[in-house]
Amino acid sequence: MRREPARGFAQHMPVIFPGLMLTVFFIVPFGTMVVVSFFRRQQGGFYVPDFVLANYARFLTPFFGNVLAFSLYLAVAVAVVSLVVAVPFTYLIARSRRRTQVIWLVALLSILSLSEVIIGFAWSTLLSRTAGITNLLVRFGLMEAPKALVPGFGAVLTGMVYQAMPYAVLVLYPSMVRLDPTLTEAARTLGASPLKAFFTVVLPALRTTLIATLIMAFIFALGSYLLPQILGRPSHWTLSVLITDQALYQSNMPFAAAMAVFLVLVSLALVTLTMFVGKKLEA
Amino acid sequence: MSGLVLKGVSREFGPVKAVNDVDLEVPNGRFVCLLGPSGCGKTTLLRMIAGLDVPTAGTISIDGEDITRLPTHKRNLGMVFQSLALFPHLTVGGNIAYALRIRGLSKEEQARRVEELLALVHLPGYADRAVSKLSGGQRQRVAIARALAVSPRLFLLDEPLSALDAKLREAMQVELRQLQQQLGITTIVVTHDQREAMTMADTVIVMQGGEIRQAASPVEIYRKPADTFVADFIGSTNLIDIARDGDRGVLLGRPAAIALPYGVSKATLSIRPEDVELTAPSPDLPEATVTFVRDLGGTIEFFLDAGGAQVVAVTSPRARPEVAIGDRVGLRLDPGRSVVLTR
Repeated sequence: MRREPARGFAQHMPVIFPGLMLTVFFIVPFGTMVVVSFFRRQQGGFYVPDFVLANYARFLTPFFGNVLAFSLYLAVAVAVVSLVVAVPFTYLIARSRRRTQVIWLVALLSILSLSEVIIGFAWSTLLSRTAGITNLLVRFGLMEAPKALVPGFGAVLTGMVYQAMPYAVLVLYPSMVRLDPTLTEAARTLGASPLKAFFTVVLPALRTTLIATLIMAFIFALGSYLLPQILGRPSHWTLSVLITDQALYQSNMPFAAAMAVFLVLVSLALVTLTMFVGKKLEA
Repeated sequence: MSGLVLKGVSREFGPVKAVNDVDLEVPNGRFVCLLGPSGCGKTTLLRMIAGLDVPTAGTISIDGEDITRLPTHKRNLGMVFQSLALFPHLTVGGNIAYALRIRGLSKEEQARRVEELLALVHLPGYADRAVSKLSGGQRQRVAIARALAVSPRLFLLDEPLSALDAKLREAMQVELRQLQQQLGITTIVVTHDQREAMTMADTVIVMQGGEIRQAASPVEIYRKPADTFVADFIGSTNLIDIARDGDRGVLLGRPAAIALPYGVSKATLSIRPEDVELTAPSPDLPEATVTFVRDLGGTIEFFLDAGGAQVVAVTSPRARPEVAIGDRVGLRLDPGRSVVLTR
């Protein structure tokens, strides 16, 4: 279909407005950060315009490399676990009655109204030795003595999955509800058990949504900096924690900016890769 | 007995009886149509045969084996859904091979069988196409091929042709019937289209309110309907009140040479429009006034008012009587081609 070239301000609005928003809220702040990342730091928390690579060079030490690797590992783990939990959960909700669906979704969305601090301390209490769930296990005779599960990697993972779950369900739900229920029935008439039908028909048919959910949960987890501090040991701190530390407490803005830029680039690369793999699967 | 046997099958949804105490026998190799208005329970009955729904009472068996509670995936069926339910993430070949893949056949065997089935449904060479790129009729054929992939014991179709346009639907009806004859497979089709049922079926089962009203061959259903519902639902008919007067019946105010069954004083006569002949008025025949003439080219319909009762007559253009709106005519109702219905 051929279209008339757009004339005048009003006709250009569909391009101008999003372009403006993108510039103001993404390009300018991110550009500032890129620029600052090349500035030179002065003693006393100031920095002057310059072009030095020292900030990036400092970053290429084993210590920061390890922290980056752990951050990515944690984000991937959170994304995968969220998906594994959210998919069957959403599938069962989508197959239930309308009333049941609403109740579950409202309950789930109410998690979003909790602040990260409350979530963090709630889990640290729940996983503690004195008041935690291990006491229940001891009561039921499943454990010898109560045990502290916090701080630890499991605790960080649990807290972050708890936080990412509502978002994962929100992304999955519309596609799951729209999925034709006769697809599973067709698979069953063709000889697939309900479980096999789920894995050979439902999941492949929702592939695009699953990848979108994975990416969203990954990016969400990558930015988390409070829960690793509340629920983890220093070895479980993410790059976001270090960036905050450098920016706010060490007053080393250029170094923090360099780390942030690197984090954005790495995550962009990973997201591109995931989408590329998804496209390959589709073909 | 060999074949599909249903005994006292019922399905209740809360207080609603969707299917009520249905008995049915389908010998192997038969083509059966479940026909009825929407909400008559025909789809629920088919879903119970498929195992997608479980009866609240009664048993279903195939070749003497009770399958009432056997899970769907162990029944070895082929089913075509109203929505077709083609898997969007698979190609045409992938869809057809799905049942073979589940059963662990080798890639070569799968490919060979897919080509066989595509040839059967007249779509050779389509294996690598995307399902979304097919026309409605082609999707229909893919759905049929997929259902037949493992040579099932039962071939079930739920309103399979309802999404197609009228012309294509008629062509597919003929094709589906020929395919069934070629394969000799026991087939059950749910439809609300009586033309479809008449075209394809060995046995038409007319359902209403969760019950079977009549099960017979298409011609018998048309010629000898069991009750007024069947008479009215299959084709169009005139339902005229008939009363007893001594040994004879009284029809539209005139004595008629139609006997009522013993002990029945009032009944309904069903006579098809093509069996109503218009003649000159005569004292022996019921009389009527022509109220409207619908000339459709191929057939001509006369709407008549016979003392308050509406009667429709149909003729071909060649046999067209010379009548116009407002004329008085005599009605010759052939007793041999009419049925007396007591319910």
